[in-house]
Amino acid sequence: MEGRRRDVRAASAVISTTQTPAPVAIGSTRFWSSARTRSIIWQIVAVAVVVGIIALVGLQTATNLRARGIASGFDFLGRAAGFEIARGPIEFSSRDTYARALVVGLLNTLRVSLTGIVLATSLGVGLGMARLSNVWIASTAARCYLEVIRNTPLLLQLLLWYALTQELPGPNDALNPLPGVFLCFRGLFFPSLLWHSGFPWISIEQPVLEGFGFRGGASLSPEFAALLVGLTTYTAAFIGEIVRGGVLAVDKGQREAASALGLSRMQVLRLVLLPQALRVVIPPTTAQFLNLTKNSSLAVAIGYPDLISITNTTLNQTGQAIEAIALAMSVYLAISVSLSFAMNTYNAAILARGGRSA
Amino acid sequence: MTLPQLTASIQRVPMFRDRTNAIATTVLGAAIVYASYRFVTWGVINAIWSLPQDASSQACRAIRGQGACWAVIGERLRFIVSGAYPFAEQWRPAVACLLFVMLYAASAVRAWWRWPLLGLWVLIPASVITLLRGGVFGLSEVPSEFWGGLPLTFLLSTIGFAVAFPFAGALALGRRSQLPAIKGLCIAYIELVRGVPLVTFLFMASVMFPLFVPQGLTIDKLLRAQVAFVMVIAAYVAEVIRGGLQAIPRGQYEAAASIGLSYWPTTILVVLPQALRVSIPALVNTFIAFFKDTSLVIVIGLFDLLGAAKAVIVDPRWVGFGVEAFLFAAIVYFGFCYAVSQYSRHLERVLVGRG
Repeated sequence: MEGRRRDVRAASAVISTTQTPAPVAIGSTRFWSSARTRSIIWQIVAVAVVVGIIALVGLQTATNLRARGIASGFDFLGRAAGFEIARGPIEFSSRDTYARALVVGLLNTLRVSLTGIVLATSLGVGLGMARLSNVWIASTAARCYLEVIRNTPLLLQLLLWYALTQELPGPNDALNPLPGVFLCFRGLFFPSLLWHSGFPWISIEQPVLEGFGFRGGASLSPEFAALLVGLTTYTAAFIGEIVRGGVLAVDKGQREAASALGLSRMQVLRLVLLPQALRVVIPPTTAQFLNLTKNSSLAVAIGYPDLISITNTTLNQTGQAIEAIALAMSVYLAISVSLSFAMNTYNAAILARGGRSA
Repeated sequence: MTLPQLTASIQRVPMFRDRTNAIATTVLGAAIVYASYRFVTWGVINAIWSLPQDASSQACRAIRGQGACWAVIGERLRFIVSGAYPFAEQWRPAVACLLFVMLYAASAVRAWWRWPLLGLWVLIPASVITLLRGGVFGLSEVPSEFWGGLPLTFLLSTIGFAVAFPFAGALALGRRSQLPAIKGLCIAYIELVRGVPLVTFLFMASVMFPLFVPQGLTIDKLLRAQVAFVMVIAAYVAEVIRGGLQAIPRGQYEAAASIGLSYWPTTILVVLPQALRVSIPALVNTFIAFFKDTSLVIVIGLFDLLGAAKAVIVDPRWVGFGVEAFLFAAIVYFGFCYAVSQYSRHLERVLVGRG
C-alpha cells in the first residue's frame, strides 16, 4: 500500500515537471499551456464577471431610483419615525428618529438572543444528560422531544407558542401562580425593584390591575415570551445532541478510571466527563448560538419589534429598501463576527487550560 | 403475594433496580401521564370533530380551553393543502405533490444514484410548474398568486435545491481552489449568506429585486422568493459539498494525476462522483432544513402550507383557532421530515458501514 502510494506520487511528480518549464522557453505561442498564466486569466475573468454583474445591477438600480424619485443615502435615519414601539428597552416615542427605532430593534434582538442563549444552553445540557441517562423514561422522553422539535419548522413552533399565549385568560381573571405574578394574554406581569435616593433605597413595585391591563411592576409581552420560549426550546434540542455527542466522545478509559477511583456517577459526569466534553462541544455550540441569533429575526412573523421588524417597517415607510436591508445585514454580520470571535477566544482559553493540565 | 415478594418482583424490572432510577421513573412517568391525560382530554374526548355545514362556530367557541375544535381542519382542509388554487382545478396541486413524492422516493433508491437522477430533478420540477401554471394541453392558466399550500412548500424547496446545486458545486470547488481571487470571492459569498438571517434575503427578494431590473419588467413574487432561496441554499449546500470534497483521500488526486488527467477531468470523473456520494446524508439533512425554512415565505406574503394554515384563522369564522390549525400543519411537516430524517440516518449507517 505504502509502496503504491509512493509510486503514484512519483508519477505525478514526473507529470508536473514535464509540464511546467515549457511555456517560458517557447514564448507567447504556447501562452495557454502555462498553468500560471492560465490561473491569472481565470482569476481576472472571475473578478471581471462579478464586478460586471455588480456594476450592471448598480447602474440599473440607480436609473430606477432616479426614475422613481427616491434619493439614496442614509438621511432618512435622522427623520422622525412616526410609529410607536411598545415596551422597548429604552424610551421610544413616535417623535424619535428612525435611527433610534433601529437601535431599539437591535437592543430587542440582543435581549431575546442573549436570554435565549443562556436558557437554551441550560436546557440543552439537561436534555443531553437526559439522553445519556440510564433512566429509560428520561432518555426516551428526551428523544421524543428532540424528534418533534427538529422535524417541524421553527416558525410554526413560534406561531404555535404565540397562539397558546393568546389562549390564556384575560387580565380580569389572570392566572396568579405566585403573589404579585400575573399571567394573561397580555403577557407576564411581575413585581419590579425600584431604586430611590433616600432610605431604604429600594422598594418593590407590584403590578396592579387597572382597566384592561396591569400597571406598574415589570412585564414580558406575549410576543417576547413566545419568541423566547420558541427559540429556547428549539435551540436546546440541538445543543442537547451536541452535549451528548461531546460526552460520548470522551475516551472510555476516562470514565473507567474515574469510577475506579470511587467517584459516583454524578461526580464522574461533573468532574471528569463534562470538562473534557467542553472542548469538543464549544465549536458546534457557537454555531447554534449564531443560529439562535439569526433565528430571532423570525420575530417579524409574530410582531415582536426586533431589528428585522423595525427594518421592515422603516423600509415600508421610507422606501429606502436598499439602505435599510444593507444596514440590517451588516448589523447581523457584525453580531456573527463578534460572537464567533468571543467564542473562539473562550475556546482557545479552554484548549490552553486543557493543554496545561494534561 | 407477600410484601417482600412484591418488592423483589418490582426490583426485577430494570427501571426499578436502584433508588434514584425508581424515583426518577416514577416522577417523570407521573408527569408524562398527567400531560398526556390533559392533552387527550382536550384533543380527543372533549374535541369537536365537525360542525353542520352552515352552523356558526359558536359551539366550538363555547368549549375553548376545554376541547379542541378539529372542525376547522375538516372544513378548510383543501385550502390548507392547496391554498387559493381554483377549487375545480385542485387535482393539479394534488398531482404535483404526488410527482414530488415520487421524485423523493426515486432519489432514495441507492441503485439509481447515477447522473440520470439529476435529470429527473430537472424534469419533474419542470413538469410540475407546467401543470400548475397551465395554459398548455388544454389546462386553464392559473397565475402563481393562486398557488399555495403543500405544493408551494415542495416547489420552493425542491426547485431551490435543484437550481442551487450546480452553483453550490462551483462555490465548493472555488473555495478549495488554489487561485486566491476565486477562492476569496467564494468565501466572501458563502460567509456573507450564512452570516445573515434568511429573512433578510426574502425581504431583499421582495423589495430590492424589482429595483435591480429594467423598469416595466416585472418578475412575479414567487419567482423572486425562489431566487432568494436559490441564493441562500447554494451557500449552505456548498459547505456540505466542501465537506464531501475534504473526505476524498489525496491518493485519488494523485492517482488521477498519474494517469494524466488535468484539473477538470479529475474533478468531474474522479473527485465529484465520490464527494457527492459521501455527502448525500448531509445533503438530505440540509434539504430537510430548507423544507422547513420555506415556511418563512409567510413574511413576504406567500401562502405555503404554514401560510395557508395561518390564513385560515384570519377568517372571522375561525379566528382564534390557531392552535388547532398549527398543530395540523405540524403533523404534516413532522410526517414528511421524520420519514426523510430516518432515511438519512439509515443511509449514514449503511454508508459508514461500507466505508
